[in-house]
Amino acid sequence: MRGINWKIWLVIISVIIGVYLALPNFLGEIPPEIRFLFLKKKVRLGLDLKGGTHFVIQVQSDKVLKEVMERLGRSLSSKLEEEKIEVREVKASETLLEISVAAGSDIDVISDIARQVHSLLKISSTSVSDETLKISFQLPPSEKTDIKTKALEQALETIRNRIDQFGVVEPTIVKYGDDMIVVQLPGIKDTERAKSLIKRTGLLEFKLVDDGNTFIETLADRLPEGITIQYEEVQDEKGRLIHSPFLRSGSFTKLSKFIESIKDEIPEGNEILIEEIHHPETGTKSYRTYLLKAETLLKGDTIDDARVRFDTQFGQPYVTLTFNSIGAKIFEEITGKNVGRRLAIILDGKVKSAPRIKTKIPGGKAIIEGRFTSEEAHDLAITLRAGSLPAPIEIAEERTVGPSLGADSIRKGMIATVVGGILVIIFMAIYYKLSGIIADLALILNLIFIIAIMSLFEATLTLPGIAGLVLTLGMAVDANVLIIERIREELRTGKTVRAAFEAGYERAFSAIFDSNVTTIVSAAILFQFGTGPIKGFAVTLTVGILVNFFTAVFVTRVISDYLLTKTGLREISV
Amino acid sequence: MKMLQFIPPNLDIKWTDKFPYFIGLSILLILISLFSLGIKGLKYGLDFSGGALLQVRTEKEIDISEVRRALNNVSFSLNIQNFEGKGEFIIKSEVPQEKLENFKKEVMESLERTFGSGSFEIRRVEMVGPKVGRDLRRKGTFSVISAVIAMLIYITLRFEFRFGIGAILALVHDIFISLGAISIFNIPIDLVILAALLTIAGYSVNDTIIICDRIREMRRKEKGKPEKEVINSAINRTLSRTLLTVGTTLLAVIALLILGGGVIHDFAFVLLIGFISGTYSSISIAVPSAFYIFGEKELKKKR
Repeated sequence: MRGINWKIWLVIISVIIGVYLALPNFLGEIPPEIRFLFLKKKVRLGLDLKGGTHFVIQVQSDKVLKEVMERLGRSLSSKLEEEKIEVREVKASETLLEISVAAGSDIDVISDIARQVHSLLKISSTSVSDETLKISFQLPPSEKTDIKTKALEQALETIRNRIDQFGVVEPTIVKYGDDMIVVQLPGIKDTERAKSLIKRTGLLEFKLVDDGNTFIETLADRLPEGITIQYEEVQDEKGRLIHSPFLRSGSFTKLSKFIESIKDEIPEGNEILIEEIHHPETGTKSYRTYLLKAETLLKGDTIDDARVRFDTQFGQPYVTLTFNSIGAKIFEEITGKNVGRRLAIILDGKVKSAPRIKTKIPGGKAIIEGRFTSEEAHDLAITLRAGSLPAPIEIAEERTVGPSLGADSIRKGMIATVVGGILVIIFMAIYYKLSGIIADLALILNLIFIIAIMSLFEATLTLPGIAGLVLTLGMAVDANVLIIERIREELRTGKTVRAAFEAGYERAFSAIFDSNVTTIVSAAILFQFGTGPIKGFAVTLTVGILVNFFTAVFVTRVISDYLLTKTGLREISV
Repeated sequence: MKMLQFIPPNLDIKWTDKFPYFIGLSILLILISLFSLGIKGLKYGLDFSGGALLQVRTEKEIDISEVRRALNNVSFSLNIQNFEGKGEFIIKSEVPQEKLENFKKEVMESLERTFGSGSFEIRRVEMVGPKVGRDLRRKGTFSVISAVIAMLIYITLRFEFRFGIGAILALVHDIFISLGAISIFNIPIDLVILAALLTIAGYSVNDTIIICDRIREMRRKEKGKPEKEVINSAINRTLSRTLLTVGTTLLAVIALLILGGGVIHDFAFVLLIGFISGTYSSISIAVPSAFYIFGEKELKKKR
């Protein structure tokens, strides 16, 4: 058996490399002085072992489409009116924009104007009834997909910004399907806070408070229980004191339901929004309304930066805003025109604060003071810096594993691996004696190589992955069982030990190969289809089987050959 | 040389004569499985049905009835179970996507009210919306079907079509019996169980291949030997290996079953059933069907 030397060296070198690569995973307590000797690469732990949260977020991109259609409807109708075409009604849905004009209007002209608004906006149908011409417009499907894709990308970007600034180590944020995003936050403790940070739309608006308006008083005689009218003293624009009415309640749901029920009575150009008020002394919350001018004067997309500051006297946190040049100009204009009035700062439809404009503010800086905790102020600043989501989102899936459960799983998985491994090893050694012990050696090598390869590729180990590891231990010896059984058969036909070994390895190979391929096929399909934990299972199983060709077939043969040729050993017990 | 062996080397079982009994037993097992699948059906786990699950561990050992009482006024219909002994509970509910948030909040608030905040720990949260559930269900079905087709293609390429058919019949047999066990023991089907089923699919074909490989080899070497004898001696000679391999694999699976913990337990159990069935079906389904469907005479003519 010539040429055995290089084979032995190959085995020795690969064992050294394997041990070297696998070691960092077990060197938790190694002194830092010698840590530079090792690669930084390690097996990653999946969320189910490390603890952490996995979200699937669904972007409601239909709402973006609807918004786009509404916007197109607004610009189309104003253009039509410029051309002296009377617009009677504009209706927008996510698929269709319907515009009703006086019968007899020139459709070609309207179609031209529509094309100016959006080059792809096409008339899909027209109908005439009661002196009204109803024209339906549509966008081509490709454009709709485009809008949705852009919305998804913007959402991805925004969420990525928010999470980066929130400070999570190694987050994963990727697209999933055509309207979803997968977010994985390993090791995170405050899931709820992260979730609310991700979920908020982050739309910041500035609107004026309509303090002179007494509409609220007209509701006095039909307030449901739990809602009261209160007055606050404010100065009007001329500096006179007036009493401005507002609604107050201890329950957000009650208040918002009531406002919803009187929605149609709110005067044109006004709207009512709610502010949440914390009472730190009792730890409770209450809610109040503001009657606002509905027009949005300034939006959050003009903000360059937002930072948390603490007031020097009471340590109360507040958020400073820096506008970009356009925003700064608009803000200066608004404050200049409305000195003395209150300006509401609104985030996602809720009033955050409504300070009085004392003087015109140049320089593009503003402050949001509220009664928030420093965490809330921090998250608000992140939201303002990271920008808003293009569409509301829903959490379609959440999986959180607490760190203690993860640690339990690792412990149990380890025990199962060790016990399973030892059982198999003992069995093989007893049943096949020296050949069994050689196979056991291969089994241990297999385990080392799996860890080494997974470290090298920084693959993720999950709980099902550990199960895959245990399963591999059981299945890995299959190759050796096949070989040894074959050797036994050959010995029975009267062959010499060496010839029997040779024939055993040769003849068993095709069976080993074919049977392993099918397992790899299943594992590959699992990997394709599976989510995180299942992928981990597929990975350990596949790596285990591939490594097995080397350890169980090649390494054991080299060892047996070596024992039979280089040592005086006459035979190897099987 | 003395060898330790469970199966005597000169074993001479006439397997072909016993095929009818094996097939009979397999048909009986499949009927039992189908019966349970028909009557009880399969229960989708959270991954596929959508819904919410909270795993809560309390500081002190609290009886499940106390947890039930504490969660009495929650507006969702709950399913509360003990998990791995006292003081740890699984709270499940079918919740539509838009209410997933509320579910967690309500349960936590109710628990806090009764036991005080900080007296329990949320160890695991799983909330799956119906869209994701549907998506996973579709992909899951697709993956099982594509696995079966991939196996058929591979075996056909490497062996003969009739063995391919036999192997697939055996594979379907194993999947049905595993599903039957899943149904009988009320195991909810989730992603982990699906992974077990796919592993069974891979393993099931494994034994069939070993036997077919031996038939292929013997036919080459001992031309003119009747097909019956070839099959019998191929099974006899591989029997020792078959039993040993399934033995070591089952050792590992049993270690998982006993020591792996709650999440892995069902997975290991399904594997246990599937692997046993997979080994049995090679002899009871795969080889016999190849033998019967393409009768002995036809085979002789071909050769």
